[in-house]
Amino acid sequence: MSTVLPAAQAGFAHLHEHKKPRRALPTRTLIFAGLAYLVAAFFLLPYIEMVISALRPQNQLLDRNYLPSHFDWYNFIDIWSTGFGNNLRISLEVAGGATVLVLLVAVPAAYYTARQRFRGRNAFLLLVLVTQMFQPTAMLVGLYREFLSFNMLDSVMALILVNAGFNMAFAVWILNAYVSAIPAELEEAAFIDGSSRIGALFRITLPLALPGVVTALIFTFISAWNEFIVALTLTTSPQTEPLTVTLNSYIGQYQVDWSHLFAGSVIATIPVIILFSLIEGKVVGGLTAGSIK
Amino acid sequence: MGVLTAEQSVTTRVRRKAWSPAKLAPLLWVGPAMLLIAVVVLWPVVIMIRTAFQHISPDGFILGSAGWKNFVYLWQEPDLPGILIRTVIWVVSIVACTMLISLVLSQLFNQKFPGRRAARWALIAPWAASVMMTSIVFRWALDANNGVINVFLNDIGVLHGYNNNASDWLGRPGSAFTWMIIVAIFVSIPFSTYALLAGLQGIPSDIYEAAKVDGASPWRTYRSITLPLLRPAFIVALLINVMNVFNSFPIIWEMTRGGPGHRTSTTTTFMYQLKQSYIGESAAMSVVNFGMVVIIVLIYLRVTVWGKDEAS
Repeated sequence: MSTVLPAAQAGFAHLHEHKKPRRALPTRTLIFAGLAYLVAAFFLLPYIEMVISALRPQNQLLDRNYLPSHFDWYNFIDIWSTGFGNNLRISLEVAGGATVLVLLVAVPAAYYTARQRFRGRNAFLLLVLVTQMFQPTAMLVGLYREFLSFNMLDSVMALILVNAGFNMAFAVWILNAYVSAIPAELEEAAFIDGSSRIGALFRITLPLALPGVVTALIFTFISAWNEFIVALTLTTSPQTEPLTVTLNSYIGQYQVDWSHLFAGSVIATIPVIILFSLIEGKVVGGLTAGSIK
Repeated sequence: MGVLTAEQSVTTRVRRKAWSPAKLAPLLWVGPAMLLIAVVVLWPVVIMIRTAFQHISPDGFILGSAGWKNFVYLWQEPDLPGILIRTVIWVVSIVACTMLISLVLSQLFNQKFPGRRAARWALIAPWAASVMMTSIVFRWALDANNGVINVFLNDIGVLHGYNNNASDWLGRPGSAFTWMIIVAIFVSIPFSTYALLAGLQGIPSDIYEAAKVDGASPWRTYRSITLPLLRPAFIVALLINVMNVFNSFPIIWEMTRGGPGHRTSTTTTFMYQLKQSYIGESAAMSVVNFGMVVIIVLIYLRVTVWGKDEAS
């Protein structure tokens, strides 16, 4: 027995050595994981509080505690009697319209700049990059007076145009990157088969660039959906304003209609966070691509 | 012109030789985008600058030219010096804190651990949600009577009681402004962390292996390898943050409306408040803000596109 032991020990020692890095890792990993979960939970807190407040029964709204005694869906039912449905529809129209418009103008621009070198190409890309840096806030007075002179205050079309204009750059970059990555030979094969450039774009390139299209689509939709200051400036009545402006109007000078405010915020926010998670990994690329290229 | 492949330069040359409708082809593809930019981005700038030199009545009638009067009125606003100082504090403190915290967080979220995807997903919430709605939640959580932050601060013994001066965070300009800076940092961190994460993932792993072979300490590796290679991503994220924070409107608007008085306003919210009654002066403020925006854009282009040879 005793003679076997050293050998066995040596064997175990050998095993131990191999295991050491693996054993050491979990504690490190656990600390990192624990910290990361804490940070993640911290960033969710406001949205958890938003949901809890929306579900507070009326008579417990002003209670000084973290959770009410029970949850009440009343606010989510009652909010529809305030005309909220109409504002939700306007938000859908603005965000949907802006998304369609962005795709209509960004797909050809991104495709052409990725495939062709032409005079003014660099100037065009620079212009797109500059618009991406600009924000409507800085030129609000100009936007207001422009759409006033077009007689387009309170119109969904005005909001579609502004949102599309300021979000187009993102779509151009992300689509440009996807198209550039698709070999032009694939399209040339289609040309030989008698397909036109537009035919090749729709049959070959766009389907292959679909992840980019989806990213551009979701990003534009969310930005337009969340947009606040332009809508606040270009709309003047509760019948024509999108959700964000409606929610803002629940904050009165002396009183705030918290229960409707939070029910509305939950309806406006939670779907967007879920949608955003689908494109989460690709968004940074679109926001910084123009500068890194 | 950047690098042209042989094939592409041939097509360009062919096209240049014959002046034909084909020369207008680029316009067909790029034109709609240019038109949209012209209508929504460029023309409003022209109108804004013109408005700054017009005399306009509160109900919107143009009464003639104002020369530099709107700028003079703006300059004479008693609140302007405070607003300018606050704007500088606003931008510098938010961007500095955001970038520092994001450096740490990107390092943390770059580690391999189970559930990393879920943790990263939670981090995006403030980025995906409307800033306006996040600000509303914070306003509610800071409520002097029953805000959940005050409940927590009472529980841990920092505050004593409700509806008093200490719990009325948003009623005092100093503490209101501090809380709004915290909210702005909170909503800026996700994008910055993701931008730095993308930068970290772009650093080839064999460099780290080489450092390990050379026996470099983790801190030394971070300082001599990670930080320098992260620089481009860091600067891009920083400048995008400067732009966003400078133009930030919803946080201040939802939490204090710039008040009491104008004592928590920045130039952006002040411009909006002026717009309600003095549109000419508001346009003058916008022109000043826009000048700032142009400077930031020029710095951005200088360090990114123009820093490397050419746009492509």
